Amino acid sequence: MAGDMKYKRVAYYPGCALEGSGHAYNRSTKAVGKALGLDLVEVENWNCCGAMEVKNIDPKIQTYLSARTLGTTEEMGFDTVMAPCNGCYHNLKKAEYDLGHDPASVEVNDRLATKAGHRPYKAGKVETIHALDWIKHSIGEDGIRERVKNSLKGVKIANYYGCMYTRPRHIFPEKDQGPGTESTAKPHFMDDILAAAGAENVDFPLKTACCGGAHTLSDSDTSTKLVLNILTAAEACGAEVIATECPTCHTGLEMHQVRAEKVLGKKTNIKILYFTQLLGMALGLSARKVGVNENFSDARPLLKEKGLG
Amino acid sequence: MMTSLEKRLTIGEIEARIDAIIATPNAMLMAEAPALAEEMLSMGESILEAWLDARGETPTDETHEGFRLLALHRQGARGNPSFNACRETCRELVYHRNLILYDPAAADVAHAIRVGAMVVRHLALFIGGKLQADGLGEFCCSSRPIRRAETTPNDKETA
Repeated sequence: MAGDMKYKRVAYYPGCALEGSGHAYNRSTKAVGKALGLDLVEVENWNCCGAMEVKNIDPKIQTYLSARTLGTTEEMGFDTVMAPCNGCYHNLKKAEYDLGHDPASVEVNDRLATKAGHRPYKAGKVETIHALDWIKHSIGEDGIRERVKNSLKGVKIANYYGCMYTRPRHIFPEKDQGPGTESTAKPHFMDDILAAAGAENVDFPLKTACCGGAHTLSDSDTSTKLVLNILTAAEACGAEVIATECPTCHTGLEMHQVRAEKVLGKKTNIKILYFTQLLGMALGLSARKVGVNENFSDARPLLKEKGLG
Repeated sequence: MMTSLEKRLTIGEIEARIDAIIATPNAMLMAEAPALAEEMLSMGESILEAWLDARGETPTDETHEGFRLLALHRQGARGNPSFNACRETCRELVYHRNLILYDPAAADVAHAIRVGAMVVRHLALFIGGKLQADGLGEFCCSSRPIRRAETTPNDKETA
């Protein structure tokens, strides 16, 4: 629920992407937290969540890697960890689920933790939330409306959630629980937050469609076509901006937008911004403060035109 | 305008047909809105049939929530949960078909047809990519191992 005090101060797990290609997401998430009066305490000595590389080889080792971060969070005295990256969020949730339901995963986790010299994490001690949950539940739409200094009014946005924020359903037991909860079929938290900041969300049919992220190395052309279709559909729906909440999706959209023009000769003009960048500017932060200059997709002229940043 | 309802198209032919629909002038789209709505749904079914055929399965003739497309998706996702990455794409296709048929004379029906066509295109690209990658591993990175039976006992997510 909005105004939930337990989310005012949470552990923060940026994950590797936010220290590299998703640096602007890291910067803007922290800046938004500060502007909203929310505390983020970075998990000490955090490690890779296991992402897709480890998971594809041995999912139980991925469970251990994510569980280690959950365990460190618990040892720091937190019962909530916020992961803004869809991949990290998904993997921490998956680890929590596996440790609660699969004895074989528990056995591997306990064995590896003991070997590594730390206490094994046990399911049920730490709740993993996404940056969208964090803002939606701690501040809420009314809280955002009260704090907006530069409304996003007139900015037409297609909200793109990607495929890992809602799937598979069974690792997100808190979703689909009725009013106030997130939907796995039609996610809306980003829409709600940006609408509260004044944005005009367009009806966009591909908000959870695959961007071909993992296919980008094995078959770049397929990824480029998938991204191009997302970009053109968003433009056809009247959007000027695609808002993202995942560094992998964001980077894929940006890179393949460029590649679509170079390889396929298909130019799209839509701009790609993290939702935290848009929210930050609505809260009065400068474009530079939220890292807009770090994006490949140069939204600065559009933002200037809209009186933002 | 010729439609593809009479025969099953390959995924490549569907992509070409979608390009043609998107490039069609508004007046022609509006004139054939109901037929195009059904054609796009049919193309979605053909895409899923191609996936099932490739896996050696007989595509179902049953329906789910009134639509064969959704039943085909559930069939495709059985034992292969990463297929759920196109679950909402299928549902969006049904939605756009219904939207067009709800008021085929609506002023913005051409827009609904074009956006619906882009939804079909996404399904074609996604399934086409999965088929291409079949010998190399799963297409969707997010879900292959996580839902394998040996990983968790509760891998029963369906459409």
